Amino acid sequence: MTGDTGGRPLIELEGIAKHFGEGETRVEALRGITLAVGPGEVVGLLGPSGSGKTTLLNVIGCVLEPSAGRMVLDGETVYDGRWTRRDLRQLRLRKIGFVFQFHNLLPFLDSTDNVALVLDLAGLPVAEARRRANELLDYLEVGHRRHAFPAALSGGEAQRVAIARALANRPRIILADEPTAALDSSRARVVVDLLRRLAVEQRAAILVVTHDEKIYDRFDRIFHLRDGALEVERPLTRSRRKS
Amino acid sequence: MNLAYRDIRHHRGRFLLTCLGLGLLLAVVLSMLGIYRGLVADALTLVRAPAVDVWVVESGTRGPFAEASRIPGDTREAIARLHGVAAAGSLTYQSVETRHRGRRLRLQVVGYEPGRPGGPPRIVEGRPIARSHYEMIADRASGLLPGDRVRLGRNIFTVVGLTENLVSSGGDPVVHLTLRDSQELQFELAPSAARRQMARGTAPGSTDFVNAVVVRTRPEIAPERVAETIRRWRRLSALTRAEQERVLTRSVVDKARKQIGFFTTLLLVVSAVIIALIIYTMTMDKLREIATLKLIGAPDRTIVGLVLQQALAMGILGYTFGALLILAVADHFPRRVILRPEDGLGLGIAVFLVCLLASGLGVRLALSVDPAAALRG
Repeated sequence: MTGDTGGRPLIELEGIAKHFGEGETRVEALRGITLAVGPGEVVGLLGPSGSGKTTLLNVIGCVLEPSAGRMVLDGETVYDGRWTRRDLRQLRLRKIGFVFQFHNLLPFLDSTDNVALVLDLAGLPVAEARRRANELLDYLEVGHRRHAFPAALSGGEAQRVAIARALANRPRIILADEPTAALDSSRARVVVDLLRRLAVEQRAAILVVTHDEKIYDRFDRIFHLRDGALEVERPLTRSRRKS
Repeated sequence: MNLAYRDIRHHRGRFLLTCLGLGLLLAVVLSMLGIYRGLVADALTLVRAPAVDVWVVESGTRGPFAEASRIPGDTREAIARLHGVAAAGSLTYQSVETRHRGRRLRLQVVGYEPGRPGGPPRIVEGRPIARSHYEMIADRASGLLPGDRVRLGRNIFTVVGLTENLVSSGGDPVVHLTLRDSQELQFELAPSAARRQMARGTAPGSTDFVNAVVVRTRPEIAPERVAETIRRWRRLSALTRAEQERVLTRSVVDKARKQIGFFTTLLLVVSAVIIALIIYTMTMDKLREIATLKLIGAPDRTIVGLVLQQALAMGILGYTFGALLILAVADHFPRRVILRPEDGLGLGIAVFLVCLLASGLGVRLALSVDPAAALRG
């Protein structure tokens, strides 16, 4: 089911809506979201608290079923009535990489095994998984911390290990939830630049939820979300991005 | 990649401490089972020690252990002449308290006729009683050694031999004296009391009484038949060995047995609840990690394995700690603790099942975790 879709968007949302509750308690969390993110693109998703950013991330991450709309991830139409919980789990494992605000590394695994775990879950032999994990850690310049446990890593190092984990299965889609929130401005820029590099090299679509103004200029496009609806899609010029 | 093992290895200090705590609890359960077995075994020791088939006691009583029994000393000669009786011996039983080397010593005195049934079953050190007076055979549990001299009543006795694991139902070590010495100890009045009785014009009574006569029947004769014959005499009661054992376990130690049984059951229930709580708490501590695992695509079996394997590892380690601990300290208990392999195996299986059931709570909690929780701040 995987494959290069060329210039075709890897994330396609069409009229996605999500509501919680019914009657008087009904809350419209997402309203008619339509967006597309193509290969090699790094897109920012901004919005105030409660605007629906995390809900949208959950929907795209296949952990929350939308109430209405159509979603296509890497050419596969999700939630069309054929998807079981197992299928969604497999889809997440194969096609989506997650980067979290607080890195969410498993505290009882060292850096190598945190990355290798995803490969192990995908069925790779442990030795091979570890070899590839170490390659990734070297690539992300945290190879020297491969035996360190998350508690011993700095914020930047932990986030790099988390990115390595997100990339381990070479996913076409990477969803990042406030990946720079716990980092200072210089480290934040380094992390986003890293994501940009990966997007280009791996032809992946990267969607970053953020409040961090320091990194706005690192995105190809920025979506603003307010009260569950996309308000603005603001493209950034290359020159501004590179400044 | 075994996540349960990796988590345990990373938090080994906390995990081992938890297992140690559980082990202490299971050691208490095992010790209660051992005390229970020891209580029953101790209660039956005195009945089994003489290796006899019939107990002859005072009419209308279930003596000499459950009730007091006093029969004339010449009863043994009459019994010995009965058809089917191979040998008979007179016995007395009495609890005494004395002091030895500055410590209080509580003893169960058994008076027997050397050469007849009722003597100590096996002497592990020293020799049997060879003189008709003032020699005794003591159980090791008394702390006495061959050559020790102990005052019982008005006389001083020399320990000439030692027995092992011979205690009364109350846990008091048994000492064996000759029947004559024990009768004197039990029935003879102190000189001042005897003088008072003489002054009142009443001659001191005979001391030729015994508490029971024990009978070994001929192999071809059923003990029930001999007991039945004796019961017809009306002045005597007769109990077979099986009846005597039943009387002891149902009357003498019954309440203690039930008490320990209830307490053991209660401890097992408490252990089950504690195991369940520990596993539940261990799972609660990992909710974020579980949510992350689910989000990145870990199958349910990985999550279930994480909880289940840790629960079983905790049960196995806790049980091993407990068993080793109780094996190390069992001999230091004031009363006998009998650890039977079948009890250990039974508790092991119970712990395994409890861990399995208790992990069900943790598994349920883990499976209910929403992967979206990993994305919440």
